[in-house]
Amino acid sequence: MSLGPEASVTDEMTPPTADAADRPGEKAIAGRSLKQIAWRRLKKDKVAIAGACVVIFLIVVAILAPLLIRWLGHPIDEYHQEKLDLETGTGLPKGALGGISWDFLLGVEPQSGRDIFSRIVFGAQTTLTVAFLSAFVSTILGTVFGLAAGFLGGWVDSVISRIMDFLLAFPQLLFAIALLSVLPDEFAGLGTRWSRVVVLVGVIGFFGWPYIGRIVRGQTLSLREREFVEASRSMGARSGRILFRELLPNLAAPILVYTTLIIPTNILTEAALSFLGVGIPPPNPSWGGMLSDAVQFYQVDPMYMIVPGAVIFITVLAFNLFGDGLRDALDPKAR
Amino acid sequence: MLAYIVRRVINAIITLLVVTAVTFGIFFAIPKATGSDPALLYIGKQSDPAAIEGIRQKMGFDDPIYVQYGKFLKGIVAGRDYANGPDVTHCPAPCLGYSFATEQEVTPLLLEDIPVTLSLALGAAVLWLIMGISFGVISALRRGSFVDRAAMTTALAGVSLPVYFTGLLSSAIFVYWLGWLPQGQYVPFLENPADWFVNLILPWITLAFLFAATYARLTRANMLETLGEDYVRTARAKGLTERVVIGKHALRSGLTPIVTVFGLDLGALLGGAVLTETVFNLRGLGYQALTAIRQNDLPIILGVTLIAAFFIVFANLIVDLVYGWIDPRVRLA
Repeated sequence: MSLGPEASVTDEMTPPTADAADRPGEKAIAGRSLKQIAWRRLKKDKVAIAGACVVIFLIVVAILAPLLIRWLGHPIDEYHQEKLDLETGTGLPKGALGGISWDFLLGVEPQSGRDIFSRIVFGAQTTLTVAFLSAFVSTILGTVFGLAAGFLGGWVDSVISRIMDFLLAFPQLLFAIALLSVLPDEFAGLGTRWSRVVVLVGVIGFFGWPYIGRIVRGQTLSLREREFVEASRSMGARSGRILFRELLPNLAAPILVYTTLIIPTNILTEAALSFLGVGIPPPNPSWGGMLSDAVQFYQVDPMYMIVPGAVIFITVLAFNLFGDGLRDALDPKAR
Repeated sequence: MLAYIVRRVINAIITLLVVTAVTFGIFFAIPKATGSDPALLYIGKQSDPAAIEGIRQKMGFDDPIYVQYGKFLKGIVAGRDYANGPDVTHCPAPCLGYSFATEQEVTPLLLEDIPVTLSLALGAAVLWLIMGISFGVISALRRGSFVDRAAMTTALAGVSLPVYFTGLLSSAIFVYWLGWLPQGQYVPFLENPADWFVNLILPWITLAFLFAATYARLTRANMLETLGEDYVRTARAKGLTERVVIGKHALRSGLTPIVTVFGLDLGALLGGAVLTETVFNLRGLGYQALTAIRQNDLPIILGVTLIAAFFIVFANLIVDLVYGWIDPRVRLA
């Protein structure tokens, strides 16, 4: 990343997400700040904007999940046996395409008769919460340790780098599965759903931090030697000032990009863990769990498998498109 | 070079020791901290108290954790005896413990699974290296062309598709609807190479697609960066043919980062491709681990985690050595 020292002027580097479009000019800094340059580039990137729109749409859906379910769906644990073909004993949804109709927008679950739309919407809430919070955990840990390793150097760097190497050289998925299977299903009165969310955020967030830590460390190492840091130091700035006023603002762009790109990975990990049966426990709906349920029906009711699969795909793709666009906008070299 | 190799090997051994210690600690400390009894996890929940006490004695669960860890390590190196009075079970080295859910030693059980995982991972690796690198290089050389855009769009879709979805979808299409391929079932290579191949085609392609997408993106980015370097311009200025510039100068440094990633990915897969194995019902290490997790069979989980860690550390070691050979500067670091 070759961001000039002028980027450090932009102390309030907020993510150039699409919501900045609603209030142009606000917080705008005279001259060409990195934020403005990046925003101008991002606006031209139609694909990235499309990705951002889908991401925002999904976030809105997740927040409004209970309302959407009330308006457009049915309660997630309501069994609509009348929608199933019970006469022939197959228990499959009546009608074409897995029972998709105006009443059941994404069809009906075979055997149980639950509304797939409601379960997808409700699952979005869980998935996005896990993905965002664990990305947050990874970012905080990665930034703190990466910054410390790069800035302090010496034995601190050796220890932190060794820990990062160690974590990256770990059978992560296997370990996460095993760890999740020994951790309690429910604690602190949170109920099965939110207890699991907390545990998943911890496990996914913890295994994700070395990726960001490595990048932050590398950037810090090269920034540390730059003239503007030297100038600041020669003017008598203390370490704290150099860290937070000089280095951190320059690191904001790569941190932002990698946080954005770690979210889709987290979505896939959460879905994988739920698919394997150690993620969100049933009867709480989750995308991975729905795919896992669909395994036994995919030959006779393929829609039941395609709906959650397609939803995971679209979500992850949208985040990837937006993340790639953001990276290109903030780092012209990576184009 | 020798000093470099020795240093790397010592590093690898230390990493393995730490992985075993952490894994062991977590599987024996967490159940204790949350109030569940490891003996219960071992034997299943419907056992009578006397049997549980017997297991506890035999497995040495009353020992302090470091004593248990020491015994566990000794078992791997030299084998160990589990004794509860006259009831002695000998477990020869490398002993990874004793599974009570299946009433078998862990080591031979896992040795049976390794060929499955090995076949899956190696076959897929060949595919994804060929597909990923060739599309990556072509995309970089013909930047902005139709091929580039098509390849990168496919690659982006590839990294966004979970393997458990593509796996299900491809078996629905090719096995169930079209009937071109048999319902996946692992056939040992030595038994019938043709069946081995036919049964693994779908898992290979599914797994390779995911990785090929990542590799194509990575190769393209690396190649583009290398092609912009001064020495490539110098090579061109010297009047070398494009073939030599790309083949001899650009590819070598453009592909070195791929070596690192490939080592890590293959190492991780050899420890069990949990998702692919689950989707295609291949009874490899990952499948075994998952079954063990569902049955709370801790020794098997621990065993698979250790084997997986071993593969990753070993792959890392190879990567480091290969790297020292490709790029002499690394040796000095």
